[in-house]
Amino acid sequence: MNAPVHHQTLVTPAHPKALASGQFKVTARDVDVYYGEKQAIKDLSIDIPDRSVSAFIGPSGCGKSTFLRCINRMNDTIPTCRVTGDIKVDGNDIYDPNIDVVQLRAKVGMVFQKPNPFPKSIYENVAYGPRIHGLATNKTELDEIVEKSLRKAGLWEEVKDRLQHPGTGLSGGQQQRLCIARAIAVNPEVILMDEPCSALDPIATARIEELIDELRQNYCIVIVTHSMQQAARVSQLTAFFHLGTLVEYGDTDEMFTAPQEKRTQDYITGRFG
Amino acid sequence: MFVWTVLLIVLMAVIAYWAGRTHAAGLVTAGGARLHSLPSYHGLFTAAGAMIGGLALAIAGALVFGAQSFFTPVAAVLGAAIGAAPLYARSSLDFRARNNFERIVLVLLIACSGVAILTTIGIVFSVLFETLVFFRSVSPIEFLFGTHWSPTGTPASFGFIPLLAGTLLITVIAIAVAGPLGLFSAIFMAEYASPRLRTFLKPVLEILAGIPTVVLGFFAALTVAPLIRGSGEAMGFSVASESALAAGLVMGMMIVPLISSLSDDIINAVPQTLRDGSYAMGATKSETIKKVVLPAALPGIVSAFMLAISRAVGETMIVVMAAGLAANLTANPLAAVTTITVQIATLLVGDQEFDSPKTLSAFALGFVLFFFTLVLNYIALRIVQKYREQYD
Ligand SMILES: Nc1ncnc2c1ncn2[C@@H]1O[C@H](COP(=O)(O)OP(=O)(O)O)[C@@H](O)[C@H]1O
Ligand SMILES: [Mg+2]
Repeated sequence: MNAPVHHQTLVTPAHPKALASGQFKVTARDVDVYYGEKQAIKDLSIDIPDRSVSAFIGPSGCGKSTFLRCINRMNDTIPTCRVTGDIKVDGNDIYDPNIDVVQLRAKVGMVFQKPNPFPKSIYENVAYGPRIHGLATNKTELDEIVEKSLRKAGLWEEVKDRLQHPGTGLSGGQQQRLCIARAIAVNPEVILMDEPCSALDPIATARIEELIDELRQNYCIVIVTHSMQQAARVSQLTAFFHLGTLVEYGDTDEMFTAPQEKRTQDYITGRFG
Repeated sequence: MFVWTVLLIVLMAVIAYWAGRTHAAGLVTAGGARLHSLPSYHGLFTAAGAMIGGLALAIAGALVFGAQSFFTPVAAVLGAAIGAAPLYARSSLDFRARNNFERIVLVLLIACSGVAILTTIGIVFSVLFETLVFFRSVSPIEFLFGTHWSPTGTPASFGFIPLLAGTLLITVIAIAVAGPLGLFSAIFMAEYASPRLRTFLKPVLEILAGIPTVVLGFFAALTVAPLIRGSGEAMGFSVASESALAAGLVMGMMIVPLISSLSDDIINAVPQTLRDGSYAMGATKSETIKKVVLPAALPGIVSAFMLAISRAVGETMIVVMAAGLAANLTANPLAAVTTITVQIATLLVGDQEFDSPKTLSAFALGFVLFFFTLVLNYIALRIVQKYREQYD
């Protein structure tokens, strides 16, 4: 599946650091996604650099979540969903029949819109992934992974005395950080977040945004958000989606001050959306 | 006369509704004065008065003149008129007919649930009193701990342990059959079957629940029991022609749909977001089911099992036909056993003197059975409550 590169449709970020290193973590070429007969993504190509936060913005129903879910093949769980085109993570085609979805999802973690901790203890929530992937050989190692992940997610101090309490007993913001810790626990390289703050209050949101900014040092983060302020605050790169197409992808600051496309301009200034 | 009385009360209520409604609607003047309640509420309120008055005088009339008397329907009409008139007169622009009607509905609902609760309490107490009468002739110690049951023997003995053992044996066999079958088919329906297959499978399984137990009973006695006997003897076991195994197997088939249908609903109620969370961690489908879905659904599944058990414990027909009447104290599934329900049925079939210990023992058995299922249901309820708030 070596599709020729269409330069017209390829949107490459003007991100100096990433371009300098020449490293793109996730690349997509000519991706089309269908739900049954209905096309949700049209001819999308994008290059997402490592160790950065990319924000997907756009009116709802424009396919942000759909494309996000292509990157860890979560669309496989929707029977009607069909993906064509070429998506690579670290240069490996993730829709290759030989690829192991289990490995892919360990590498590309995901955080959902509504915090969805398992109805288990805080400890078991974080230990879930490492157990499945056999990352720890004994209890001490597992304890370490759990502590490290909770620390990275900025939750350790709040829960270290009640690791055996149910994860569902935490506040919404804490639950979302627990879900981030759970994703981090399997050492992913890419973290996908689908409107991770939309169910949270402003203080919890600020806390998650801070966390995203810290995580940027080590991960490639892609976040869908309906808030342009949030995109401006947390991301270095912004992609604007409209009606299933990627209109523009580039440096966040430039995007919000001098967008290339009229449609982007209209959306950002609130003329539709 | 009875039919006439009922029809007349309904007719009076309809008239009262119409009259109340028209009257209220007529109160609205062109000047713009508004009713507090919609006219139909005034109508309903008046109709309720007609119903209550009509019923009250009809009952009184039936008591005084006899239900067949011509005066009963007349009393009903009169009562309806007397009941409706003051309410009709009360309607005015700011009369709160809606709130008053709501209050009548509330009283009606409370009365209905009151009847159900009082009936239950009545049954419990009547069984309890007869049980106490029974315990005057047979000591509770002998009843609860005796290992010999022969109510018609001389001397009669009333040790209920063999019945309890028989009941438990058959229930254990039934659950051993229905537990895995029901649970696995629920998992299949909820997680693996396509929506089309599921909408076909579920009703089919529920048809199994609709088979009358008397039909299952003769199936057990005439088909399953001989089959077990034949194959058991071919392997060199001695098998009674009526066996606990036959009854237990068929009873298991009876409760499969109960377990599968309830568990299927419970598994479906586990939020999809939990499954997504697990898949996104790289878990496979079976890992997700085993480690996330089933633990989340566990309280509900346990209570489904509890309901199934209490259904099995209370089942009579299959056991009468397939397990026999011999009160053997045994754990051998190939032997004939009997259960509490079967003994109650046989004790009370035919002409009975009501005060003999033999007849009264049925009440004691009934009371024990009631207590048993009550405890099971209570445990099930507590488990469900304890874990209810687990998702989100
Ligand atoms: N599971 C699904 N089945 C069918 N259509 C879907 C499904 N999920 C999303 N869609 C459709 O795909 C389009 C894009 O949806 P989505 O990616 O969720 O948009 P966004 O996240 O940008 O709001 C929408 O028109 C939506 O109706
Ligand atoms: Mg979305």
